[in-house]
Formats: sequence, structure tokens, C-alpha cells
Amino acid sequence: MALLEIENVTRRFGSTTAVDGVSLSIEAGEFFTLLGPSGCGKTTLLRMIAGFDPPDGGRIVLAGQDLTDVPPERRPVRTVFQSYALFPHMTVAANVVFPLRMAKVAPAEIPSRVAAALEDVRLQPFANRFPHELSGGQRQRVAIARALVTKPKLMLLDEPLAALDAKLRGEMQIELINLQKEVGITFIYVTHDQTEALALSHRIAVMNQGRIEQLDEPSKIYSFPANRFVADFIGECNILSASVQACEDGVCTLDLAGIGSVRATINVPSVAPGTAGALALRPEKIAINAPGQVAPDGENHLSGRVMDFLYQGDVTIYMVELASGARLEAMRPNSASGRARFFDVGDAVDVAWKVDAGHFLAD
Amino acid sequence: MTGTLRQPGSARERWLVAGPPLAYLIVFFALPTLLMVVASFRLAGEFGGLAPLRSESGGWNLSLDSYGRFFASSLYLQLFVKSFLYALVTTAICLALAYPLAWLIAHSAKRYRDLLLLLVILPFWSNFLIRVYAWMIILGPDWALARTLNAVLGLVGIGPVTLMFSPFAVIVVLVYVHLPFMVLPLYANLEKHDPTLLDAARDLGAGAWQRFRHITWPLSLPGVFAGSALVFIPAFGIFAVPDLVGGTDGIMIGNVIKQQFLEARDWPFGSVLSIVLTAAALVLTGLAALAARPRRSAA
Repeated sequence: MALLEIENVTRRFGSTTAVDGVSLSIEAGEFFTLLGPSGCGKTTLLRMIAGFDPPDGGRIVLAGQDLTDVPPERRPVRTVFQSYALFPHMTVAANVVFPLRMAKVAPAEIPSRVAAALEDVRLQPFANRFPHELSGGQRQRVAIARALVTKPKLMLLDEPLAALDAKLRGEMQIELINLQKEVGITFIYVTHDQTEALALSHRIAVMNQGRIEQLDEPSKIYSFPANRFVADFIGECNILSASVQACEDGVCTLDLAGIGSVRATINVPSVAPGTAGALALRPEKIAINAPGQVAPDGENHLSGRVMDFLYQGDVTIYMVELASGARLEAMRPNSASGRARFFDVGDAVDVAWKVDAGHFLAD
Repeated sequence: MTGTLRQPGSARERWLVAGPPLAYLIVFFALPTLLMVVASFRLAGEFGGLAPLRSESGGWNLSLDSYGRFFASSLYLQLFVKSFLYALVTTAICLALAYPLAWLIAHSAKRYRDLLLLLVILPFWSNFLIRVYAWMIILGPDWALARTLNAVLGLVGIGPVTLMFSPFAVIVVLVYVHLPFMVLPLYANLEKHDPTLLDAARDLGAGAWQRFRHITWPLSLPGVFAGSALVFIPAFGIFAVPDLVGGTDGIMIGNVIKQQFLEARDWPFGSVLSIVLTAAALVLTGLAALAARPRRSAA
């Protein structure tokens, strides 16, 4: 049985349904992420697991124990808050001692437990500092040490890295992964940052309007989005309206409105001809070339004109207008060329992609 | 957080801002205090006030006699201790009443808070004396409170008590008069508390009492000390309330100081008592501030 079972949980605020019949099961030792735009219900779901919000329907079962009537202070669950919520009148050590004292841990045991927790987050030299004497990253680590010192079954992290700058965020991501591996505590991580979710998680639940749109491993979510929302939300993605002409062995021939037919994969065995939907295509999977080159077999091939480009240092993104007026974004690395771009606005170009790079999403 | 507020600019700008209040305090606080210190070493005039600084024989009319008088009798020290205890009890009761009230206001819906605060300071709109006289009526022997109380006490065989003109009346009115001074700083403090801290404490296993004891209370200490100082210091030296409702038992040091200036016409001795009062209040607040500093203890 899974460590945490969320069974058909619903939460309403007035007339809006923040969480709408969500069911999940999370295994012990997992790094699980709830990902979605703000207002999608991910934080509400987290607060219900922590016990701060009572569900209007459904139940939450942790290690076989129904948590419905268990108040937050008696749940074996710890939260790392977005604002860290460190106690400003206590030193780092006192903050970490706090949950041990609340749990009535034997006083003789406390110093070694605190030392171990502070060592886990490499903060031992700062034990006697007050929170206001620490940097943002250090405060973050105090919050984590405070949460894991009692060895909870489950740790909930609510956008813990959102307040940090980009470089520090990258470092903390690696630290979080290692820490979670070391302590072996199950993490439920809430974020709206898809790159963070992809980098950290064993599994991701993509949420939208109170529901789970897709639940899978990061690479599956990225490569095989289940629907338009997921395709659009995770990474950059070209989404072109399409309808199915024919389907065979997981490969479909699609009619792109006004553009022509291309071939793409589907994640279900078969789709009936005539089904409406969209072609999802990642910019980095599209090759952009000067016109006139011959496309090899197994590739889709269209021509267009560069409308705009965005130089991003490592890559340049080209906006290509196809003959029909539809637009595609294509990405080309600038590696080692020293060039900022290969094409200029107005240049005629060919775009091509492998059949399995494109993905049909039924509406 | 590192603030990015602009530092106060030039020396001139700083003087422009701090100058007027500073000048006011020098003229109306520092100089009078200095005059009082000087007066404590001078001699009383024959018909009140102060004797001339130079005697007719040409010597200085200065002496330590008034200080000698203060230390010669334990009566004044006893009165100081008594006044200190009255002020302390008043402060404690004000704190006990004001804390829940301030907490309640701070946790009520935002749109009601201003109204509730207004109600707290509403008594200030009527005259101080009228409010004290109202209490004289409430506590008077012919009114409902005393009658009911004595009827109940009579049933268990305890003789009638008088509420008015007693230490009890002094404390009741002192608490009433000073309560808003405790509520306001406490409210200002409690209202700023980050509710996430209580969520965090709860998440870390703290029950309601522990959340109060370990989070709300220590974080509210600056408000507690500010309110206590605002209540304790004026209550320590007050004379109007014991004058009106204290009778002979309820007399405080403020009454004696007033007597020295107005009735006994012994300004030097009145000055000595005032200086001791100011010094005592200063030392006590200083000690309290010292005790309130945050410390780097691990638990």
C-alpha cells in the first residue's frame, strides 16, 4: 500500500472549487511534485495534507491512518513554507529544537539530533545566529532542517525556492535532490516552475483548475503531454490545430488546417479518422535550414519565412511563418559558431522534424 | 531583510526634523527637571516657594536638609513601596485585561478594527474628573454594587465593607484610567504578527497553549513592555485618583508630593520626593528594558 492515499478529495471556497475530486497515491521515498499555474489548487491540496484546510469531500490516508480528524499538530507531516516561517526570536538551533521539544524528545537526545539536522543542511557554524542574520538560502536550509529533525513520514514543500535568485535556486535544487536521497523522507513539492519540477521529481502531477491533467514521470510529461494544457504549460511548445486523416501502428497522418498533411505519433493505440485535436511540437525538435535541402524519409517538411528571432545566448529561437499564415517556433543552438543567428528576418527557410517528434493530442 | 530606505540626508536635514521636538523637550522637560534638582538643595521660603539663593549674610542658602529628612524617616520609603505596589498591581491587571482584548481586536475582521479601537479610546472623550466621579458613584455605599455585595457578604456573616475610599477603589480606578494605554501598544504589536508563524508552530507539533507560550507571547513582549511602561510610570506618581477615591488608606506618594508643594509649601522637600520618584521610575524601566533584550540561548 502506498504511503499516502488521497481519495477523491474536494475543497470549495464559496462558489469556486479549488480542488475538484483529486485522487493520488504517493509511495514512500518518492519525490513527488504538484505542478501548475497559480490558482490551480496545488497549494490548497498541500494545506489539506498538512491539515490546515479541511476537505469538503474525500479522505486523506497516511500510512493506513485516516487523517480527516487529526489536527495539524498531531500529523506526522512537516511543511516547509514559502516564506520559511522561521521564528524570528529564536536562534537557528532553537528553531530546530522547537519540534523536538514539542514532540517531548528526551533532553539528552536533543543536542545530537539538532547537530545531525544542521549537518544535513550544512548549517552547523550558524547554530547561534538569528534568522535575520542569515542569507535567503541559509534561511531556506534552516526551514528544511527544522522540518526534517523529527524524521517525519512526509515533508511538504510549498514553493520553497521561489524567493531565491536563479543561480542559488539551481544550487538548492541539487541540494534538495541529494538531501531527499540521504534522509529518505517522502517529499511532496509544490511549484509553478516547470523546469524545477522536471529537474527534481520522480513523478509530477500537473494540475489545472483543481484537477490533475497528467500524472507521470518528468520525461513522459515532457515528451508525451496528455493534452493541450500540459503541452502548453510544460516547456515551450508549438500547438497547431489538426484533424486525423488516418491512423496506423501509433502513427497518424494529420491534416493541419491550411498547411497540408504531416505525420505524428499518438500515445493511444488508435484514433478514429476525423478526430479533431492539435499537433504538439517542441521548438528544439524542429530543424531550421536554408531552403532547397532534401528531407530524408521519416521527416515532415514545410517551408516558411523568418518573422522574428530571439537571441538567448546558447540558442536562438526563430519565429517562422508558414505559407498558411500559421506560426512555428524553431530553436537552433549557437554552439561554438560564435554567431548570434543563422537567419535574418524575411529569410525563406525550410523547417523539418522527425515523425516521432510531433505528438497528436485529441481534444 | 536589508532595507533600501534612503538614509536621512545631510546634517541640516536631520536637525530640521529633530530640532523642534528637541528644543521643546529642552525648554519644557530638561530645564524644569534641572530647576527641580537645584530646588531640592535650596531652602523653603517663609511663606512658601523658595528662600533667596543668597542669604542676607552673603552665604549660599543651600543644604542637604531635605534629603536628610527623606532618609531620616522610613515613612516616605514605605509610601514609595506602597505606590510601587499599587502601580505594579494596576499594571498587572491592565495587562491581564488588555492582552485578550488587544488580541481579539487584532484578529477581528479588518473593517471592524478601527471601530473597536475607537471604542477603546472613547472614554478619553469625556473629562477625566467626570469619569472618576462616575466611579465614585458606582462604588459608593448607597449604590447597587456595594449593596449587593454587602447583602451577599451578610448572608455568610461577614460585616459590611465599604468599596469607596479604599485601596480597592484606587486600584479599580487606576486600572480603568490606564487600560487604553495598555491596549493600544499591545494591539499595534499583535496586529503585525505573521500568521504563518503560528501555522508553522502548529505544523511542528505545538498545541494552542504552546503556540501562545513559545510564539505569540515572546513576540509580543515589546508591546507588553511599552504598554506596561505607559501604565506603570504615570500610575506610580499619580495623585488625582487616590485624592478622589483613596481616602486615608489609599494615599500614594503623588499625594505627598502634591501636599509639599500646595499645602505644606515645602518646595525643596517636594523636589526631593519628585527626584526620587523620577529616579525610581527610570531605574525600574531601565531594568525592565534590560531584562527584555533577546538572548542567544539555544532553548
